[in-house]
Amino acid sequence: MLGFKIKFEISRRENITHQGEEMIEKPKLKVTLLTGRTIEQGVGKEKGKMSKDYIENVSVCYMDPEDMKKLGIKDKTNILVSTKYGSIVVRALKSKRAPHPGKIFIPYGPWANAVTDPETHGIGMPSLKGIPAEIEPAPNKPVLSLGELLKQQFRKG
Amino acid sequence: MVVVKAVTCPVCGSLCDDIELTIEDNRVIKVKNGCAMCEAKFLGYNGEHRILKPLIRKNGEFVESSMDEAIRKAAEILAEANYPVLYGWSSTSCEAIRVGLELAEEIGGVIDNTATVCHGPSILSIQEVGIPSCTLGQIRHRADLIIYWGSNPWSAHPRHLERYTNFSEGRFQKSAWRGYIAKIRALIGKKKLERAFKRIFFKREISAPPHLRREPPPTLHKEERKLIVIDVRKTKTAEMADYFIQVEPNKDYELLQAFRALVRDQELDVDEVAGVPVEYLEEVADVMVNCNFGALFFGLGLTMSSGKLRNIDAALSLIRDLNARTKFVIMPMRGHFNVTGANTVFTWQTGYPYAVDFSLGYPRYNPGETSVVDVLLRGESDAALVVASDPVANFPRKAVEHLVSNPLIVIDPHMNATAQMADIIFPSAFVGIETSGTAYRMDHVPLPLKKVVEPPNGILSDEEILRRILREVRRIKGEKAG
Repeated sequence: MLGFKIKFEISRRENITHQGEEMIEKPKLKVTLLTGRTIEQGVGKEKGKMSKDYIENVSVCYMDPEDMKKLGIKDKTNILVSTKYGSIVVRALKSKRAPHPGKIFIPYGPWANAVTDPETHGIGMPSLKGIPAEIEPAPNKPVLSLGELLKQQFRKG
Repeated sequence: MVVVKAVTCPVCGSLCDDIELTIEDNRVIKVKNGCAMCEAKFLGYNGEHRILKPLIRKNGEFVESSMDEAIRKAAEILAEANYPVLYGWSSTSCEAIRVGLELAEEIGGVIDNTATVCHGPSILSIQEVGIPSCTLGQIRHRADLIIYWGSNPWSAHPRHLERYTNFSEGRFQKSAWRGYIAKIRALIGKKKLERAFKRIFFKREISAPPHLRREPPPTLHKEERKLIVIDVRKTKTAEMADYFIQVEPNKDYELLQAFRALVRDQELDVDEVAGVPVEYLEEVADVMVNCNFGALFFGLGLTMSSGKLRNIDAALSLIRDLNARTKFVIMPMRGHFNVTGANTVFTWQTGYPYAVDFSLGYPRYNPGETSVVDVLLRGESDAALVVASDPVANFPRKAVEHLVSNPLIVIDPHMNATAQMADIIFPSAFVGIETSGTAYRMDHVPLPLKKVVEPPNGILSDEEILRRILREVRRIKGEKAG
């Protein structure tokens, strides 16, 4: 009984703060963007770069659960990731490898590269990991399909 | 039904050559010994996204064409271009790469392979510092300390641990597999208990699992094979490790230099380096110095983050320092199955491993100037040929913008983001499945790729398509000259 009461209290308090935050301003969070391989991306790319397996596994962003709380979002909510080089809507997933507060991870692919740093520092290698980024919830914005993404970015395809 | 043994897997740089395939009616129906990526490739390569006819873009739409027409059009584009880019090469055979280099020389283009956005900085650094390395067989049989730095083999090279390092049964080193299973069982049990405890007493959702213990555990000093993982995030490989060091993003250089100082018995006058207490680092440096045969594998965590080639300089120098105290080797974790082969063939044909510019009539190499991303960022190229690669998905957006604004020719078995933006697409046979060839493993051991099934009707290999384009280019140029 006591446990139930506490739970009820907590959930009510959380609701209030969330509503309050939303009314004041949309929460934003400064993070470091990491990119890399995941086994799901690896399997997807072998099945075909147009396959559902590939597309669904590279248009996501793994986040620390605490960071998700700060943004007031749940698993699988869309978020907007912005860097100096562009912005992109991806689906936020709760990281299985938490805690890593302040770090978000997007697998290699067209979605990640919409926001990575092209600077090669004179050696041919763009800066694809450890990029300063800002994230905010975007529950009403859709994750673009590959075709839409290519059209929007390059007006071709 | 035929069972083909000792097939080489054309997926990652580990190039596992113990795959067993069951073939029925010209189809692979069963894969034995392979990892998830290997199975996905052998069982799923012939899926719905396969391209079966050459395609040419007319009025914005793809139209099927004959092979001869597509070859003619592609050759015209390449022969007329002033500064074409030829990119990809890491997922095809050495034989095809050789023809590609001939083509690049003929048309005076820039030819670059995927190492340019991968281990390019490692190559630059190896050219400056040198690399003490060996074959994976040596590591399998002898290494008693394995370090993965900025790399996650569990995801990118799934059988690397099992075939070459900690979980392999070497002649002088036993597999650490059993110990790992016992550790995981204990961990799962502990987690279950904790969860039950929290549910009973706190009645709230369980958030993140507890952090790995940060202090080096006593097991790090055991006699058997040890695994240390150094990375910016706790990957699956990090969970398998005896000790995991979580380095702050873009601070690898500091950490490497700190290790160099510690290995030379120098004292550090700070408490922490890259977010790791110096006393922990001292203990790890101690383990490094006291091993009999150590191996450091590094991945893109070092080459893509801040410092780039300088990170590799520091890593190579650390290994050099360690070799004054014990035996230590270092090896880059190469991604594509034949990226090492691409570097090797480029080098024996032109003298340089990647980013080779033929525009002056002789090979020139200056990464930062002749590397494909820089050529694209400066907006200098006027046509492109992409072979077995997907730069539209893997280059930063600004570089892609220029790539797709010029005529783009793609040779690939599958539809992908780059092919979607192409003007001409040649479907090709899968190397290592439908056509044979040679590929180089990450330790520079060449292995044969087998042909196990026939390609679909009319589908040629990369090598044959490139040969035909080259022949046509020479014909066009001959006509112009004479």
